[in-house]
Amino acid sequence: MLRLFSRGTPSHQPTLYEECEVKCHACKESHTRSVLMGCNYVCPSCGTYMRIPARDRIRLLADKGSFAEFDISLTSHDFLDFPGYREKLVKARESTGELCAVVTGVMRMDGVSCAVFSMDSRFIMASMGSAVGEKITRLFEYATQMHLPVLGIICSGGARMQEGIVSLMQMAKCSGAVRKHSDAGLMYMSLLTDPTTGGITASFAMEGDITMAEPKALIGFAGRRVIEQTTGTELPKNFQTSEFLLEHGFLDMVLPREKQRETIALILRLHQKEVV
Amino acid sequence: MTAYERLKRVRVPARYGTVTVFERLKTVKVSNHLDGMTAYEKLKTVRASTRPTGRDFVEALFTDRVELCGDRRFADDPAIIGGIGYLGGHAVTYVAIDKGKDLDERMKKHFGCPMPEGYRKALRLMKQAEKFNRPVICLVDTLGAFCGADGEERGQGQAIAENLYEMMGLKTPIISVVLGEGGSGGALALAVADRVYMLQNAVYSVITPDGCASIIWKDAARVQDAADCLHITAHDMLDFGVAEEIIREDFENFDRMCSEMKELMLRDLGTLCGLSVPQLLDERYNRFRRIGVYEENGSAVK
Repeated sequence: MLRLFSRGTPSHQPTLYEECEVKCHACKESHTRSVLMGCNYVCPSCGTYMRIPARDRIRLLADKGSFAEFDISLTSHDFLDFPGYREKLVKARESTGELCAVVTGVMRMDGVSCAVFSMDSRFIMASMGSAVGEKITRLFEYATQMHLPVLGIICSGGARMQEGIVSLMQMAKCSGAVRKHSDAGLMYMSLLTDPTTGGITASFAMEGDITMAEPKALIGFAGRRVIEQTTGTELPKNFQTSEFLLEHGFLDMVLPREKQRETIALILRLHQKEVV
Repeated sequence: MTAYERLKRVRVPARYGTVTVFERLKTVKVSNHLDGMTAYEKLKTVRASTRPTGRDFVEALFTDRVELCGDRRFADDPAIIGGIGYLGGHAVTYVAIDKGKDLDERMKKHFGCPMPEGYRKALRLMKQAEKFNRPVICLVDTLGAFCGADGEERGQGQAIAENLYEMMGLKTPIISVVLGEGGSGGALALAVADRVYMLQNAVYSVITPDGCASIIWKDAARVQDAADCLHITAHDMLDFGVAEEIIREDFENFDRMCSEMKELMLRDLGTLCGLSVPQLLDERYNRFRRIGVYEENGSAVK
């Protein structure tokens, strides 16, 4: 009941973050984050799906005040002394205010509890290094222990090459955790968003019981440019889009933003073990 | 103070046991050059067309072989060969990436870059091995999974993901050997194993050094620097806990080298076959679970 009153009360003072303006990459119009939050980050001027910061994703889906975050102090370490990596990390941390490319935790949707992870494309293209791998693995382990379903809101450029082979191994590590979760009879659904590529497509993005994607998101393993260069052929326009994957049988559905909340909540409800 | 501000203040040296990461990496650098070859020289060596291919190793390691084909869904990918045979006294399932010998064969095999149907064929054979309680031996030698429009249409990413997922729960021992190049997800899809061996000059990498150089420096010619930065040699794999054994290369006495490798496999299979299924799977899970270096509460954790 409380929820009825807590959403968009007139006395709500916008925070600095909410007042900050974001430019649409398609029409170059700027809107404040509070306006964008009100319309699911669909550009009010041109209707383009703008990329959503990880935390805002969760805010858009979770019951108000129900999200509790895990592993807040976990972050990447430049253990290979890789050229430029340290600077990249500092820049990403400062520009996003996040310590890691993934936010994990538990939340409720229409009263149903679930574990959730949400990736942030502003943080080195949400590439997966040890920190991302560890947080996602811990989340799945927690969900297995607590018998919770998992929702993954995914975007990523792939494995983080600045962490060398260790980042590749995170793919196996996360897959193992997904497997254990699944063996416990629990449900994992993934929502793929723009862009989901490389090693992430080749691991937990494609291991869900239910795999959904946002309209027109780029989803693929090898990069489009690389394929065009190596094969010397021009690719169709819709190549590696959500619609292309749906057509080829790799997705359960393409889910527009305005339907995400109700559909995900419904799927969660359908998987509840005890009769309500 | 936010967690990030705290982190900026506390610059605790990263620790691996008792030495800092940086001290440790210095020693790694030295050990890389112990056999007189840089990472880039090793990369060139394993890419040489004269190097034995997956099929050569299959023929030397396994006796009384029966080769099996097809993924039962779409096609047979010649880049991956597989079947049943004896490794010493053990009946095993083998899966190997084969680059091919002459140009014709290499073209057919996409130079050892498997298609999704190749990974699905490998998985079919592994599931079969599980059913009949046979250990699985995977031999890996690839630049990476095939990169093309047809591979994408048939779900290259999904095929690899499924292999990782299924291999994590496969109820029979798996040993993988990186023979030459272990290229990214395309190699990992056959290397979620209980033991991983590296040939002395074999390399294993998250991205080809060529690709890395063109992304970082926009200059594919800096592949040497990239190979160094990525830490791709067999010794690096031992240090990161990605591999357990390094196998000395001696292609002049190829059969002797392979019989030594066989001894090693039989020794490890002896141990692995003695484990109960839950023990085996727990050990496999933990083998990957512990890999990762990150910072938590301001200090590094390995």
